Amino acid sequence: MQRILIVGATSAIAEATARLFASRGDALFLAGRSPSRLEAIADDLKVRGANLAATYVFDARAFDRFPALLQAASACLGGLDAALIAHGMLSDQIACQRSVEQLREQFDINALSVMALCTDLANQLVSQGHGVIAVISSVAGDRGRRSNYVYGSAKAAVTAFTSGLRQRLYPQGVRVVTIKPGFVGTPMTAAFKKSALWATPASVAADIVRAMDGGKAVIYTPWFWRPLMWIVRSVPEAMFRRLRL
Amino acid sequence: MSTGVSWGLWPRYEQRIIPVTNRFDPLPQAAPMLVFGNGRSYGDVCLNAGGTLLATRSLDRFISFDATSGVLECEAGVLLSEIIALTLPRGWFLPVPPGTALVTVGGAIANDVHGKNHHRAGSFGHHLLSFELRRSSGETLRCAPDQHADWFGATIGGLGLTGMISTARLQLRRVPGEWIAGDSQRFHNLPEFFALAAQSDVAYEYTVGWLDSAASGDKLGRGVFMRGNHLQHDAPPARERSLRFPLTPPISPVTRLSVRLFNELYFRRPASQHPHAIWHYQRFLFPLDRLLDWNRLYGPRGFFQYQCVLPGAEAASALPEMLRRIARSRQGSLLVVLKQFGNLPSLGLLSFPRPGVTLALDFPNRGEPTLQLLESLDAITRSVGGAVYPAKDARMSAQSFQQYFPAWKRLQDYIDPKFSSSFWRRVTRSW
Ligand SMILES: Cc1cc2nc3c(=O)[nH]c(=O)nc-3n(C[C@H](O)[C@H](O)[C@H](O)COP(=O)(O)OP(=O)(O)OC[C@H]3O[C@@H](n4cnc5c(N)ncnc54)[C@H](O)[C@@H]3O)c2cc1C
Ligand SMILES: NC(=O)c1ccc[n+]([C@@H]2O[C@H](COP(=O)([O-])OP(=O)(O)OC[C@H]3O[C@@H](n4cnc5c(N)ncnc54)[C@H](OP(=O)(O)O)[C@@H]3O)[C@@H](O)[C@H]2O)c1
Repeated sequence: MQRILIVGATSAIAEATARLFASRGDALFLAGRSPSRLEAIADDLKVRGANLAATYVFDARAFDRFPALLQAASACLGGLDAALIAHGMLSDQIACQRSVEQLREQFDINALSVMALCTDLANQLVSQGHGVIAVISSVAGDRGRRSNYVYGSAKAAVTAFTSGLRQRLYPQGVRVVTIKPGFVGTPMTAAFKKSALWATPASVAADIVRAMDGGKAVIYTPWFWRPLMWIVRSVPEAMFRRLRL
Repeated sequence: MSTGVSWGLWPRYEQRIIPVTNRFDPLPQAAPMLVFGNGRSYGDVCLNAGGTLLATRSLDRFISFDATSGVLECEAGVLLSEIIALTLPRGWFLPVPPGTALVTVGGAIANDVHGKNHHRAGSFGHHLLSFELRRSSGETLRCAPDQHADWFGATIGGLGLTGMISTARLQLRRVPGEWIAGDSQRFHNLPEFFALAAQSDVAYEYTVGWLDSAASGDKLGRGVFMRGNHLQHDAPPARERSLRFPLTPPISPVTRLSVRLFNELYFRRPASQHPHAIWHYQRFLFPLDRLLDWNRLYGPRGFFQYQCVLPGAEAASALPEMLRRIARSRQGSLLVVLKQFGNLPSLGLLSFPRPGVTLALDFPNRGEPTLQLLESLDAITRSVGGAVYPAKDARMSAQSFQQYFPAWKRLQDYIDPKFSSSFWRRVTRSW
């Protein structure tokens, strides 16, 4: 049985991942914004076999409350073996172009809050000498595009941050996993027209669990986003800047 | 299959789709709206041309399961297959398994679905302990046999018109495992079928007949009868694999010749006469679920399903008449199912199951000739006081519907003012 903290537990991807943890009997601590939805998810996970499913209300913008969140999680689970950080928000690119206030809020939610949580988590896990920190970044962080470079650059920050953290924690026995989903059909992307490139939360969840269990440190999910993003990164800037992506 | 398209792939409409992911959210204010479950209805009960569909497949959370009493509570978008996966390892099974497990709990309630054990268990509504109904007014009604009983009865078989069912509590039934034991045997005419049904319904949980729709003359009414009971059987848990029908062929391979050939082979295959058969429940109850998206087999024009129930006394004469008409039209069907319903009265105002024999067949959509054939079958169904199943229908006339379901006017008092469906607008037209 693993003792796992899930931050942003009401996210569709996080919920699908939690179901896989539950079916193998893990103990789960679920942090998110909406108390009623957290309860509904916790009930479901218990029915599916979770050893424990406790809930905790938190907002990603309240950085000063993160230590209390981690303390509550460890106290409730009797320690911590892994954490999955999943919360995020698809930024309104146009609004962020017009307002620095908006830009900052997006960075608070998508980048800074994640890095703050990682910092607190790292310090705790290092002292116990084992553990896994998994963070959902995005393929959008691999290269900024005009249509969503605010979201993309916040995810790029998360990718770079977790890369450095991974090096720092490697000697201490703590693993850091960076997850880069492509297009996933979730409430975040409800307004998009779907094509063959779209994945389900359940298939992404299976990749996340595999990575957290000891697979690759950086995963693209589904896998084909790795070669696809390699191509996107390889396009020379002189050409890339002309594209309308 | 994609959201907004029903199983028969016809008709197809433009609709706005709003996913519902949180059962606590108020309903959107988008009239006319309708819930779309998993689109396993064949025609337009789950469609809403020009309107909004609330897609509930993401309401797929369990709420509680008591492995001692077998009471399960879940959100309405949970699939029956997901319930089985959760509860069968702990000895509990669906009380009423329809011919596919890929339907949502909400859809199973709204069509008050039945299965091969109707003669024993009745229909889905009989095993519902309660459910919650969300109305566009913002109200939530908790409905049970003794609580808002009128809403309970209007919503069971209520074709999704009374509001959105958000959660339901079901009584599951105990079974010893995942195997079903019984036998299969050929019958050579309808009297043989009726005799087998009468004799088997007492001793067997599940009974069903498959009929050769291409047969005529003295072979008319021949088929294979299958029956079974849940069995204590020590075999390792089976892993059932499924295949997906990968594309829609431009021209359907379902032709007169292939239908005749398939039926002949099915009737003659050795397994049609098997005195001691043991089936995995998947194979026995949900044989079609192993080929995902099989409806594409019928090509881009889609297909119709015709399922009627003919009351006991009249069935003996009406049924051969129907089969003769189908054989003569040479629009025979691959899968024809014949089943004797039991006498347990259905709970829903508009429930389809009623005493009699039910016949279900599918027909490739060949346009006008197919519609004419189905209308001529309706003439027979009407003349003997039978009914056609809305879940399978895309074409019955308003006149037929109103005769089949005389309580339809009473349902109107319970319809949510912001809800409607293509089916309902079609069958409530004045004529
Ligand atoms: C291969 C196959 C075999 C079948 N065999 C049988 C059988 O043996 N017996 C039988 O009875 N049926 C059978 N059916 C039909 C099927 O069981 C019904 O059509 C069922 O209602 C489909 O459920 P669904 O979740 O796909 O709902 P949909 O088809 O999407 O919707 C059906 C109706 O339910 C309503 N609805 C769905 N969810 C809700 C909700 N949450 N709240 C309110 N209304 C809701 C919809 O508005 C619509 O009116 C079969 C279908 C197939 C494809
Ligand atoms: N969907 C995709 O295509 C895709 C692709 C790449 C990466 N991702 C990433 O995957 C992760 C999960 O997203 P998803 O696709 O599963 O979408 P989702 O279901 O919409 O989940 C987003 C989650 O973030 C939470 N959240 C947003 N702002 C918050 C705040 N201020 N405080 C606390 N929680 C907040 C939301 O909480 P509420 O439920 O309370 O709103 C929700 O649980 C995100 O990090 C996202 O960026 C998604």
